[in-house]
Amino acid sequence: MDFSLSEEQQLLKDSVQRFVREEYELESRRKLVATDIGYSEDNWAKMAELGWLALPLPEEYGGIGGGAVDTMVLMEEFGRGLVVEPYMSSVIIGGGFLMAGGSEKHKTELLPKLGAGELKLAFGYAERQSRFDLNDVECKAEKSGDGYILNGHKGVVFHAATADKIIVSARTSGGSRDADGITLFLVDNNCNGLSRRDYPTVDGLRASELELDGVAVGADAVLGAVGGGAALMEEVVGQAIAAICAESVGCMDVLQETTNEYLKTRVQFGVPLSKFQVLQHRMVDMFMECEQARSMCYMVTLKIGDEDPVERAKAVSAAKVQIGNSGRYVGQQSVQLHGGMGMTDELHVGHYFKRLTMIDTMFGNKDHHLKRYADL
Amino acid sequence: MDMHYRPEDLAFQAEVRQFIQANLPADLADKVRRGLHLDKEDFVFWQKKLNEQGWFAPHWPVALGGVEWNPTQHYLFQNEQVEGCCPPVIPFGVRMVAPVIFTYGSEEQKQRFLPDILDSTAWWCQGYSEPGSGSDLASLQTKAVRDGDDYIVNGTKTWTTLAQYADWIFCLVRTSTEGKPQEGISFLLIDMNSPGIDVTPIITIDGSHEVNSVFFTDVRVPAENLIGQENQGWTYAKFLLLFERSNSLTGSLKQQLHRLRGVARQELTGGAPLCADPAFAARLADYEVQLRSYEFLELRTLGNSRPGAEASYLKIIGTDLQQLASELTLQAVAYYGNPHISDALVHGYNEPSVGPDYAAPAAPQYFNYRKTAIYAGSNEIQRNILSKAVLGM
Ligand SMILES: Cc1cc2nc3c(=O)[nH]c(=O)nc-3n(C[C@H](O)[C@H](O)[C@H](O)COP(=O)(O)OP(=O)(O)OC[C@H]3O[C@@H](n4cnc5c(N)ncnc54)[C@H](O)[C@@H]3O)c2cc1C
Ligand SMILES: Cc1cc2nc3c(=O)[nH]c(=O)nc-3n(C[C@H](O)[C@H](O)[C@H](O)COP(=O)(O)OP(=O)(O)OC[C@H]3O[C@@H](n4cnc5c(N)ncnc54)[C@H](O)[C@@H]3O)c2cc1C
Repeated sequence: MDFSLSEEQQLLKDSVQRFVREEYELESRRKLVATDIGYSEDNWAKMAELGWLALPLPEEYGGIGGGAVDTMVLMEEFGRGLVVEPYMSSVIIGGGFLMAGGSEKHKTELLPKLGAGELKLAFGYAERQSRFDLNDVECKAEKSGDGYILNGHKGVVFHAATADKIIVSARTSGGSRDADGITLFLVDNNCNGLSRRDYPTVDGLRASELELDGVAVGADAVLGAVGGGAALMEEVVGQAIAAICAESVGCMDVLQETTNEYLKTRVQFGVPLSKFQVLQHRMVDMFMECEQARSMCYMVTLKIGDEDPVERAKAVSAAKVQIGNSGRYVGQQSVQLHGGMGMTDELHVGHYFKRLTMIDTMFGNKDHHLKRYADL
Repeated sequence: MDMHYRPEDLAFQAEVRQFIQANLPADLADKVRRGLHLDKEDFVFWQKKLNEQGWFAPHWPVALGGVEWNPTQHYLFQNEQVEGCCPPVIPFGVRMVAPVIFTYGSEEQKQRFLPDILDSTAWWCQGYSEPGSGSDLASLQTKAVRDGDDYIVNGTKTWTTLAQYADWIFCLVRTSTEGKPQEGISFLLIDMNSPGIDVTPIITIDGSHEVNSVFFTDVRVPAENLIGQENQGWTYAKFLLLFERSNSLTGSLKQQLHRLRGVARQELTGGAPLCADPAFAARLADYEVQLRSYEFLELRTLGNSRPGAEASYLKIIGTDLQQLASELTLQAVAYYGNPHISDALVHGYNEPSVGPDYAAPAAPQYFNYRKTAIYAGSNEIQRNILSKAVLGM
């Protein structure tokens, strides 16, 4: 066993760290979040140039051919910087679907563009009634000639506004919550019948509500097998959860370090707050949560390619539960131990806390994944 | 022991309900019910209504405008207000500075300040905390130096809630550096329109403007605005803190639970309501049990006119429950906690909501309620008080 990074991975880590240091001062991030699109196209171009957008993509399609550990290294540093560019939506999830379910034509046409930063993707799956069940799909796709007509709604689609194409789950057969009968479609963002309502999210990202009203797509819009979307989603969302675990480890480490530093410098009652034993123990608990979260992050990263689907799913759900617990504790306590300062928008503490809070919701919260784990 | 309300208490409860029904406009109640932002006018409107009825300052001495209610009636009154979705009474004037004025103030001060508090003409804010003095309040540095008939005040107060609306601020200021820090503090009433006062907003993590910094540069304050004796302010401040910590929370916790149940009935999981999901139902039940325990804790302390230790544990347990309910509500709305439409919480926002309309306040409220374990003496400080004062450690 070996949990150390390779030389290339260390270099990647250094270069992402440098980017975050240079581009992601809290003030710069605040400005990005306030822009029209909510992130920087310059940053996106830089990420393309540095090879990060092509990192997990296969070499035969212009990618770097990186593995899960490389993604983990990058996402952890993005977490430390609270990076708002649509990397998760576009590269991890969008790229993941193209690689796992795309036709040869999809791959040759789209993957090189994705890696070069010339194409962005988003993923619409949630619906009003679906909660965290990926297979609770009422959006309909009806056969029409060679292609399909899509009707329905998709909620809280991250980074939909700036995506060129949106991957949408729709039902081609079966009942509302059947695993069978879901198909994934690649839909052009500017196509007829698709309307969006865009909005910012509480943690500084962007998302949209989508209405699909008679959206016509060709047969070549289908990703993977018709009716076989459930397995595809499980695979790709599993990878996304592994990546988001790494992001949250980055967030938690920053909070733990910042809070520790704060307690050592903030003086009350004539001594630094770090002299109070109850706060020392609280810090130790936060530190242990970070270590447990990191361990589970390594675990899921190394198991996400497992042959055994049950083992893979258990790893994913276990890690998501841990990240939910740890993120909650570290986030809440960081605010608490900063006192009034922790409540301010001015300090970065609250921004990490909010991101960790919303990460618990992404792809199913702790309750959802506990149940899934128990059922596996 | 007897856990039943007496008939006269129940009759009183019915009277309060009737009053609220007759006097609270439906759209104002709706604003409160939906967790929208309230304006200064909303608070003042309701406070004036209560005052017309003689119910705005029930805990004051009767001669000054108070009412002779028993502890149960005070309790019922507070909780009926919450249940009826009345705007909360802003405590800084009527519940905080007024008791200090009528207990320790001069006759002139009573006549000058109490009527304006009673009819909500004057809005007060609380100037205790400073950037360097939060939990360690006694270390405060804002200086007041005597100059003829005035004090000249210099320094910074912070986290001052709703100072943007305030006409007056009651301040703890340092008038002496001799002896223990507590011994050099005075209690001063300062007109917010005085030259040299600057108020700047502090935006909190939920995006709202509730707190402020208040800067004092050579502010002249007439010495007649000093409460009691110079350097005795700490005594008055501690007296006031007991009032700050002894608000009943049962009503608002029940209200939070009621809303949460409503959300959990409407949200779906696996095609069934979330409240029927075994894991979520267990969380709801667990919350309700804790709330019941808290309610009886509060009831047991009713009638202790100056709760000391009780105020500390009620504050800890009550704020834990406030936070927990807000967290469960955010969990209940799932993905629809994400959208951040800053105007969605402003009355008159006409766009259809993104997702269900009960979802919009969920995340802001969860973020905002982190404050409850920090303000009015953090929950760590309350535990220090309990271990010293009650457990003798
Ligand atoms: C089943 C068992 C097996 C053991 N086996 C061995 C053995 O093989 N060899 C051996 O040498 N000893 C052994 N011990 C003894 C053990 O190491 C001591 O019990 C332990 O160090 C605690 O000391 P104490 O019992 O005197 O409790 P105390 O030190 O009196 O502590 C009492 C309580 O106060 C807490 N406390 C103490 N100091 C602090 C502080 N500064 N801050 C916060 N909290 C504090 C403790 O955590 C504990 O909860 C064993 C004990 C048990 C129960
Ligand atoms: C929303 C909000 C509204 C407020 N409104 C007002 C207002 O209107 N007027 C006013 O005067 N003040 C107000 N306050 C200020 C509030 O009273 C202080 O924030 C509070 O006393 C804590 O002080 P601090 O923020 O400086 O934190 P610090 O005192 O720096 O504390 C930081 C952390 O250390 C912990 N800690 C400190 N000392 C100890 C110790 N001895 N042992 C263990 N733990 C300790 C604290 O519990 C906290 O977790 C408000 C605060 C907030 C957040």
